[in-house]
Amino acid sequence: MNNNASPTNTDERRLTIAEALREAIAQEMERDPRVFLIGEDIGIPGGFGGAFGVYLGLPEKFGHERIIDTPISEKAIAGAAVGAALMGMRPIPDMQYSDFLFECMDELVNQAAKMRYMSGGKLSVPLVMRCPVGTANRGAQHGQCPESYFIHVPGIKVVAPSDAYVAKGIMTAAIRDDDPVLVFEHKLLYGSKGREQAGGLDLTAHVPEGDYVFPIGRGLIKREGHHVTVVATHLTLYRCLAAAAELALEGIEVEVIDPVSLQPFDTDLIFSSVEKTGRLLIAHEDTLTGGWGAELAARVADDCVYSLEAPIKRVAAHDVPLPVAPILEQTVVPSQERITREIRALCAM
Amino acid sequence: MTERINVDDVTTERALDLYREMLRIRRFEDRVYQLFLQGELPGTLHQYQGQEAVAVGACQALNDGDWITSTHRPHGHALAKGVTVRSAMAELYGKATGCCGGKGGSMHLGDPDVGMIPAIAIVAGGVSVVSGMGLAFKMQRNGHVALCFFGDGASNEGAFHEGLNFAAVQKLPIVYVCENNMYGASTPFTATSLVPNVADRVAGYGIPAVIVDGMDVLAIHDAVSEARQRAAAGDGPTLIEAKTYRFAGHSRGDARGYRSRDEEAEWKEKDPLVRLEYSLLNAGRAQESTFARILDEVNTELEDAVEFSRQSPDPRPEDALTDAYATPIGTGTHS
Repeated sequence: MNNNASPTNTDERRLTIAEALREAIAQEMERDPRVFLIGEDIGIPGGFGGAFGVYLGLPEKFGHERIIDTPISEKAIAGAAVGAALMGMRPIPDMQYSDFLFECMDELVNQAAKMRYMSGGKLSVPLVMRCPVGTANRGAQHGQCPESYFIHVPGIKVVAPSDAYVAKGIMTAAIRDDDPVLVFEHKLLYGSKGREQAGGLDLTAHVPEGDYVFPIGRGLIKREGHHVTVVATHLTLYRCLAAAAELALEGIEVEVIDPVSLQPFDTDLIFSSVEKTGRLLIAHEDTLTGGWGAELAARVADDCVYSLEAPIKRVAAHDVPLPVAPILEQTVVPSQERITREIRALCAM
Repeated sequence: MTERINVDDVTTERALDLYREMLRIRRFEDRVYQLFLQGELPGTLHQYQGQEAVAVGACQALNDGDWITSTHRPHGHALAKGVTVRSAMAELYGKATGCCGGKGGSMHLGDPDVGMIPAIAIVAGGVSVVSGMGLAFKMQRNGHVALCFFGDGASNEGAFHEGLNFAAVQKLPIVYVCENNMYGASTPFTATSLVPNVADRVAGYGIPAVIVDGMDVLAIHDAVSEARQRAAAGDGPTLIEAKTYRFAGHSRGDARGYRSRDEEAEWKEKDPLVRLEYSLLNAGRAQESTFARILDEVNTELEDAVEFSRQSPDPRPEDALTDAYATPIGTGTHS
């Protein structure tokens, strides 16, 4: 369609993120015969329809030649995606849980990210890795948010959609992109289940029926304000929005930005917001040390130091593995209460 | 005592072509070693002398449109697949005219124009990636085959198991060529495996495995031709284990203290170049002057490549910042 479909259209065609991703993938598969899906449990009749059901209905439509079920072999999945991409295909591998990405770090970091460069620009690796993240009482090996590992790798792009409109557009952009793109999706935001977790916010969004691109590298202002800029993704974004609504009652106007893209960041959008507000808080479900918030903080410190009226603040998961007991888990990841408290403290500085 | 190989079923012209291909690699490696010691080449080297029959026999069995993956020891594979001596040499020199513009170097030699992705210097890395190349060819129904070179050491990697199993179950058009040169760096294969052959492991994947004399270019050629045919016919991958030996150390500066000089002498007797030459002479199919002429021609080609590389421009410093992405996103120097 075009690069600028408006997210403000009030048409009531509302989809969940899972539905929006499915629609983007189906439309791109129809449009481009090079696009195919590969992963575990994605097309088995009577099976799961891929992690979190995103692929339900697609095997019936596109057949098993383009929806390839694999053994439980993450290195094979990622390696097959890299090789197929090098030979002109557009694979969409998925990892069920992004914790499993560590099983195929070589294929992603040494192969996918570097083949173009090592070949002197003669080859490209257009693959889209789908990576579900997020804490959901599954413990230390099924709830991590490993986005930040990958923003450190030149050659890879990293995006993290948090609503259905963006999800469809950025998935389309990722599939059409000539570079490897890792799409991090939050498990609790796929469908209606997330509503409660996200503080009762409606997670569906208007999604145009036709295909459109939400460009990689563009962020979104989710709520305007002039006292403090808050940058957050995924479930934490919704907690920040809820915090912002709460703080508005106290007269604190929070500008909430969904960065969408973590490599590259939309620095123009974020810098100009910080220049306006003079304060920045970054919130993410990933752990604090070396998280993407640290990189963003460094960039803002570099470019906006004279606009800052207070230190840059980060609210992140504590630097421990994820526990299972709900009360422990909620202690580790940023809660709405903690976010609200930190924003309030920052604004008092 | 040089052991003869069977040259009955090959034309003299063809046999001499194979000889020339192998000699080009041998002389390339010898020359590159000198240049390295003279300080003309940056980095390190993993040399291929002794294994030439594998690269040449295998690549000569492929068709146009077929692709290969290679390893940290890729010079022989690159030349055998058709990377020109000039562009391979220039790449080792780190020059702009190299096949990867100076960004690949010795361990990532390759050229998509001849069907070779940059060599993968992570052990067994190619075994993962080749699955996708075979998968693409299967989906594109183009009849192409992907050939994956790797060493005995790679068979101890997890990628080997995942890659072979996946390719087998998908019946992908792939030929795996294991160059078993008996050592992973300094460690003997026998110290890392209770089965004596890499091929013994392959039964676990339900695909055929063949052991061949890796010092006989014709035997390699025949085995790979058959495997290629099987792959292209949709019958799935085959693994060929070539028993071979690297005459040089693992990398530059390896004094080879972990293996005996007797063992080395035994394998030198099997030198694939000497054996082919000896067999052709013995059968009265060629004269010594023929081999002398080929050597002259190969040396001339090499000196031309060295001169070309010396004269070639360095890449521009700013070229270091391109090619990480197809769509540039900045390189960290953001302001």
